[in-house]
Amino acid sequence: MSTLRFNGVSARRGERLVLDGISASIPSGHLAAVIGPNGAGKSTLLDIASGLKRPTQGSVEIGGVDLHRLGWRELARLRAYLPQRAGVDWPITVERVVALGLTPSLPAFGGVPASWLPAINEALQACDLLELRDRPATQLSGGELARAMLARAIVGNPALLIVDEPTAGLDPRHAIDAVQRLRGRADAGCTVLMAIHDLDLALACADSILAIRDGRLLAHGPIHEVVTEAVLTSLYEVPVRLLRDGDGMSVRFLKSGVHS
Amino acid sequence: MTRWLIPLLIVGLVASAFASVLAGSVWLTPREALYALLPDQPDLAGLIVTQIRLPRVILSIAIGGILGLSGAVMQGLLRNPLAEPGLLGVSAGASLGAVIAIYYGFAASFTLAAPLFGLTGAFVTTGIAFLLARGGGTLSLILAGAAVSSIAGAGVSLALNLSPNPYAAYEIMTWLMGSLADRSWDHVRLAAPFILTGGAMLLFTGRALDALALGEAQAESLGIAVSRTRMLALIGTALGVGGATAVSGTIGFVGLIAPHLVRPLVAHRPGHVLVPAMLVGAVLVTLADIASRTLVFRGMPLNLGVFISLIGAPFFLWLVLHVRRRTA
Repeated sequence: MSTLRFNGVSARRGERLVLDGISASIPSGHLAAVIGPNGAGKSTLLDIASGLKRPTQGSVEIGGVDLHRLGWRELARLRAYLPQRAGVDWPITVERVVALGLTPSLPAFGGVPASWLPAINEALQACDLLELRDRPATQLSGGELARAMLARAIVGNPALLIVDEPTAGLDPRHAIDAVQRLRGRADAGCTVLMAIHDLDLALACADSILAIRDGRLLAHGPIHEVVTEAVLTSLYEVPVRLLRDGDGMSVRFLKSGVHS
Repeated sequence: MTRWLIPLLIVGLVASAFASVLAGSVWLTPREALYALLPDQPDLAGLIVTQIRLPRVILSIAIGGILGLSGAVMQGLLRNPLAEPGLLGVSAGASLGAVIAIYYGFAASFTLAAPLFGLTGAFVTTGIAFLLARGGGTLSLILAGAAVSSIAGAGVSLALNLSPNPYAAYEIMTWLMGSLADRSWDHVRLAAPFILTGGAMLLFTGRALDALALGEAQAESLGIAVSRTRMLALIGTALGVGGATAVSGTIGFVGLIAPHLVRPLVAHRPGHVLVPAMLVGAVLVTLADIASRTLVFRGMPLNLGVFISLIGAPFFLWLVLHVRRRTA
């Protein structure tokens, strides 16, 4: 229905090739994690997947439609995008911040029509923000702000949700909470693509993985088929041991293998 | 509160405009002023009202309005509470243009020379700033604006330094201080088209400014064309504030202060600040113009720009302390 598909996507920044022929597909209802070292091209891939940047070659399709052929507002209603460390610059209340997520559906002048209020309430409730709805967003803690931003992203009920580093700056409890909320959106039928550095969390919650290094797709597929010690070792250039126990899989980087 | 804000401000603006028609070196009663507004009143009161006070009131409303509006747009666009319309070099450019007109004596031979040169100066400096910042983001725009402003400022200082006689220097100084004295319908006709066009462009940025509270990346993902919004804000400010500064000289602080006065009353939403900030700017300049006409120190009337700076600077200090307390 809303499958996200990359068809040989390449991107250049100046002379440098940032992404090199990425082809992958993420079915609707899947949570896909983009992993890889710093500077691998994760954020660029997310920018292209969200339609904010154009690939120099190749195309991105959502539900069989070329993303970059859609109008701005149409695209904005279809997908939501949360950049790294998203925040709010003015002391606007949480409720009004969430309502900003409806911008592409609003007329050029005037307020939010009453018909949208249930959607705002639903998003606030889904992110446990009902009690914080009148709090200025600048006074929220990191975890609360992350929830407010997610509520802002899901209020328009997008088919595609793209999140860059949902766990950046969050403590373990809030990081787990953030990723589990994304898992919940995927279970509700949304296609979710996130870039993430917390591998344990990614392995525990995601359906599939896109491992990127130097702009190339090193591995792509369901976690249990694709994620191996060999793949992670060549991805991060650090020896990796995968530990499996009753709680699932976890990644241990062996620092003895790092030469400085 | 939010619902009543705009009607209340409109009432306040009408009241201060009416007061401005009555006040001055010749005080009029409301009755005299109303009679004077009827067509064909050749008496003194009629002349004072229709030829002197009305154009001045209209200019103060238009200039205050565009300063408040563009200040609100700049603060919303740059997401910075200290942004103001002069940031992009518009005011400095208009000043330099007018100073050139005065320095070379064009202003003496032709009344509208200073405003016309001022307009040209405003457009030239903003155009240069825009060319310098082309392709870059908001930050490069601010830097280019600051650079162009300093160059224009240097030009003004040079003119003062080399001014052929004390009278030219005095005239330049007076113009730089900002005033609405002796402005006529010609000035209204010159400035109004620019101020109205610029104002309309600025009002169209409201929705985008609301979304920009989330930062440029999120705003763009919400379907806002950020670069188009930047263009609208820049050209609107250049036209509007350029037109305003060209007839009145530099009037500072209004663009900085007006948005802050109304921001808490509209729940801090940047797009909703625009119309109230415009009205507050208009009220501020109209009231300050009354004060500059009626307060006379040792036989010297206070210039409008000076009066607003005297009130505005302490408020600015209060603002800095207040913002620090709120964000600390």
